[in-house]
Amino acid sequence: MTVTSHGPLPATTYDVTVVGAGVVGSAVARELSRHPGLRVALVEAQDDVGQGTSKANTAILHTGFDAVPGSLEARLVREGARLLAAYAAESGIPVEPVGALLVAWDEDQHAALPGLLEKAEHNQYPDARLLGPAELYAREPALGPGALGALHVPGESIICPWTTTLAYATQAVRAGVDLHLDCRVGAARHEQGVHHLTTSRGTLRTRLLVNAAGLHADTLDRALGHDDFTVTPRRGQLLVFDKPARSLVRHILLPVPTALGKGVLVAPTVYGNVLLGPTAEDLDDKRDTGSTAEGLALLREQGGRILPALLEEEVTAVYAGLRAATEQDDYRITAHPEEGYVTVGGIRSTGLTASLAIASYVTGLLPGLGPTRELEPVRMPNLGETFPRPYQRPELIAADPEYGTLVCHCERVSRGEIRDALAATIPPAGLDGLRRRTRARAGRCQGFFCGAAVRALWEEARS
Amino acid sequence: MTAVREVDVLVVGAGPAGLAAAARLAAAGAGRVEVLDREQRAGGVPRHCAHGGFGTWSRPLTGPAYARLLAAGAERAGAVVRTGVTALDWAGPRALHTVGPHGPGTIAARAVVLATGARERPRAARLVPGTRPAGVYTTGELQQAVHLYGQHVGARAVVVGAEDVSYAAADTVRTAGAQVVALVTDLPRAQTAPARALDSRLRHGVPLLTDTTVAELLGHGRLSGVRVRHRDGRTAVLPCDTVVFTGDFVPDHELARRGGLTLDAGTRGPAVDGSLRTSRPGVFAAGSVLHAVESAATAAREGAHVASAVLDTLAGTWWPDGVPLVVDPPLRWIAPNRVVPADSLPYVLRTTAFLSGAVAEVTQDGRPLHRERIGAAVPNRTLRLTARWTSRVDPEGGPVRVGLTGR
Repeated sequence: MTVTSHGPLPATTYDVTVVGAGVVGSAVARELSRHPGLRVALVEAQDDVGQGTSKANTAILHTGFDAVPGSLEARLVREGARLLAAYAAESGIPVEPVGALLVAWDEDQHAALPGLLEKAEHNQYPDARLLGPAELYAREPALGPGALGALHVPGESIICPWTTTLAYATQAVRAGVDLHLDCRVGAARHEQGVHHLTTSRGTLRTRLLVNAAGLHADTLDRALGHDDFTVTPRRGQLLVFDKPARSLVRHILLPVPTALGKGVLVAPTVYGNVLLGPTAEDLDDKRDTGSTAEGLALLREQGGRILPALLEEEVTAVYAGLRAATEQDDYRITAHPEEGYVTVGGIRSTGLTASLAIASYVTGLLPGLGPTRELEPVRMPNLGETFPRPYQRPELIAADPEYGTLVCHCERVSRGEIRDALAATIPPAGLDGLRRRTRARAGRCQGFFCGAAVRALWEEARS
Repeated sequence: MTAVREVDVLVVGAGPAGLAAAARLAAAGAGRVEVLDREQRAGGVPRHCAHGGFGTWSRPLTGPAYARLLAAGAERAGAVVRTGVTALDWAGPRALHTVGPHGPGTIAARAVVLATGARERPRAARLVPGTRPAGVYTTGELQQAVHLYGQHVGARAVVVGAEDVSYAAADTVRTAGAQVVALVTDLPRAQTAPARALDSRLRHGVPLLTDTTVAELLGHGRLSGVRVRHRDGRTAVLPCDTVVFTGDFVPDHELARRGGLTLDAGTRGPAVDGSLRTSRPGVFAAGSVLHAVESAATAAREGAHVASAVLDTLAGTWWPDGVPLVVDPPLRWIAPNRVVPADSLPYVLRTTAFLSGAVAEVTQDGRPLHRERIGAAVPNRTLRLTARWTSRVDPEGGPVRVGLTGR
């Protein structure tokens, strides 16, 4: 198993290289690892997998009910949702099928609901139905006053996005894929059937190339001489509320899109929190993942209308993610067979849901990959609240008391889980990575109680 | 299911309040007294306050020495102190589910004392915008990092706050070999002893930026600076690699809330009367979970005080309701915050405004009960009110109100 984060890259020529270890790139690498004869590299500019859009999104497993009918996105989301639900069950990725309600707050939104129901049917999603205010308030008693009705989409679920990406990458690495972190791709040229990528860690050679660089997919595309699309970073700021807020909301509360734009959502998380967001701000800077006073004020104002009691709860995290928006309302997956190059661009917020279907579609565009095999299943640590966490499993604690020794008290993370994460196939590069793998320091105290103890475990493992 | 173990008194939290309560109860023959703490060592917050100011006037101690003394005192009196054990949730009105390295457990008690303490609100809860770099601390984390683990902190730190704990955080920054760039407070002046504020400014040369908030954290990976904004709209960037958010304490009330105990709207801790009885018969609370935060000495005094009420309850004394005790602005909160006529524990309060020559006025249904000179009222500092007036409270009347006037 090869995971590197420094030093020169191997001198060999890879058969396939995937640029970008987000949820899509990792899924593609995992799919490629099913071909035993291939030498595959997964290269990532940052120090961990899933560090871009994949870590800062709304963590929803969509049905695709509202996609543009007939689009590639509609098809891949529909297929991907089914594939990912099955994969999550097999791999221990937390998923909760809570269902969604698109809540109409004014006449325009209310008038848009029948059209959305029709769209859902066009997208082969037959389970959606309209709710009147009485049934809506019966389902969501803490909802603010003034809602006129809703569209209920029972198939929408919440999922852990970090575990999903990490599971794909872990399985890929265990099946022989080389993961190179801290490896930023700059220039690229294609000569005599081989791509030469100039990276921050030297030259990487590969026969076939998959561009899954997310926000930077257009830059890499241009480096290869194409000019198909432009990625505009669209910032989404989000607030995470503490666990007592979880009892206030039972479904994902989605906004109804109208000509005036799209509002914010309120959704439970699999960790037992509540999410409010995102804003939608088109920016120029692909690194601008900061939150702003204006953005947070806007979220609180809108969230206060949807779920007034939410604002009384403590905020445990504020974050901002950048979505890769393009000029077109569909995925931009383009094959250049003469160059052995596939670009996977414009994967919007549905990319998490569609990831496995995208992977299968992309590998179908690559020539001569050879026979496939079944992968060894992967079993990920459970970060979700619907299945027992290690501290709730007496048999596990009896076998190893470290699982009963809690370090992070707000999130009830044991020393055993932290130890396991630090020794995993893809270990965290820092405390943030450790938090995403275990939830340590992710709670209401943000390290007041446990921060130094968690850091001590991290430093001990590194030395 | 695990077997239910029975004790007489279960204390949750081995900080000054919990340990003092346990020591007093065990010494008074309350039967089997057990203290749980989720940390590996007993002592609570003083464990990592490596400065003086603890103990008594005749026997001054550092925080860690004080923590050891309290833990030893509880054990010597016969209480069982179990560390590394977390109280997860309620298993009954006076029973708790626990977990530790030995696995799950359920403990039923005749009386429960919640002494779960408080924490500082971190950056996220304060909604400070910006990036999410490394180098962002609360005082609690900073003190543990420096004093318990000897960890490296950055080279240049901005301390947010100008109350006692903020100056303690600045001392810890210097102990770690780093420089304090500035203290920043949104209030017009420091909220500590004038000598301490002066010493920080003159001897250590640390500027105090008043009427100023932290508007944004800057930097990718590691903090590179904080943008501050003065009340008049001016902004500036203070280059630094570390920022410490101090003060703004809130009770760690998760267990109280899970149990459905009535919380006080002001303190956000469990509502209690002067005997520190919560809304549930047999369940008491003491220490900083009631009033985030007071000194360790106040917490320990409350621990000792709650012991006599626990003993009364074990002897079968009736559990009174009490009437609510509420505050009017500029007061933020008062604790205890319910009152019965026999209450004798002095009250602690907080104000949002600076006042000199402050006078507290206690009324019930418009009827004056008491007037008391408070002196100088400073935000984030303790104000005290005696309990000499509680016998005049009508237990059948409306809420008792406390107001504060001054210049």
